[in-house]
Amino acid sequence: MGKSLVTNNIRKLRFHHDEMTQQQLADKVGVTRQTIVAIEKEKYSPSLELAFRIAFVFSTSLQEVFSYDAGEDPILKSKK
Amino acid sequence: METNMSYQEKRAIVSILSSLLIFGCYSFYVFQINQEESLSRINEPGFWGSFILILIPVSIVAKIIIYILFLIINKIATNESAPSFEDERDKLIELKATRNSHYVFAIGFLLAMVTQVIDMPLYSMFIILISSGLVTEIIDEISKFYLYRRGF
Repeated sequence: MGKSLVTNNIRKLRFHHDEMTQQQLADKVGVTRQTIVAIEKEKYSPSLELAFRIAFVFSTSLQEVFSYDAGEDPILKSKK
Repeated sequence: METNMSYQEKRAIVSILSSLLIFGCYSFYVFQINQEESLSRINEPGFWGSFILILIPVSIVAKIIIYILFLIINKIATNESAPSFEDERDKLIELKATRNSHYVFAIGFLLAMVTQVIDMPLYSMFIILISSGLVTEIIDEISKFYLYRRGF
């Protein structure tokens, strides 16, 4: 698997929200703990809906949770 | 390499092993214990039809028993319960695994048809069909294991 272009701050955000556990976050956004683990490890890019839900739980914007490196995107590079 | 496996990864491994075990035991029973009868009927479509029709319920019942045992042993060993629902990632993995296994079965089906075009014995078609069914199941679980392990 290539490196994901979408990175996230979920671990840091959980820490700053009373050290929320992965299971607590999973319960709040309606997925399994394994999915939160996979997102944190950048092994899975969540759907837009789930991404918004995670941002909502942390009362922040999507950009504060997820970042995207357009400069490294091979599709965008090939279209230049 | 990560060492601790998720519930889904363990389930995929158990499923692969149980498929091989059930198919192996059933084939051993049919072709070794009832060797004389089986070999005399090996070119009869009815023999292969009953082989498949009996294998399906045997396989379902055995898999349910093995799965329950896995749940109990996994709970005792790790105190981890099975997820109570499937989320978007589980459904995506399921879809990708099903797609891979369908490709494999389609190839097996075509190969089985080729055996009849080139006048190979009837049993070769059924052996390829049944084997591709088994390989399909295994590819399905290997795909799930890979996708849960490596991500996508």
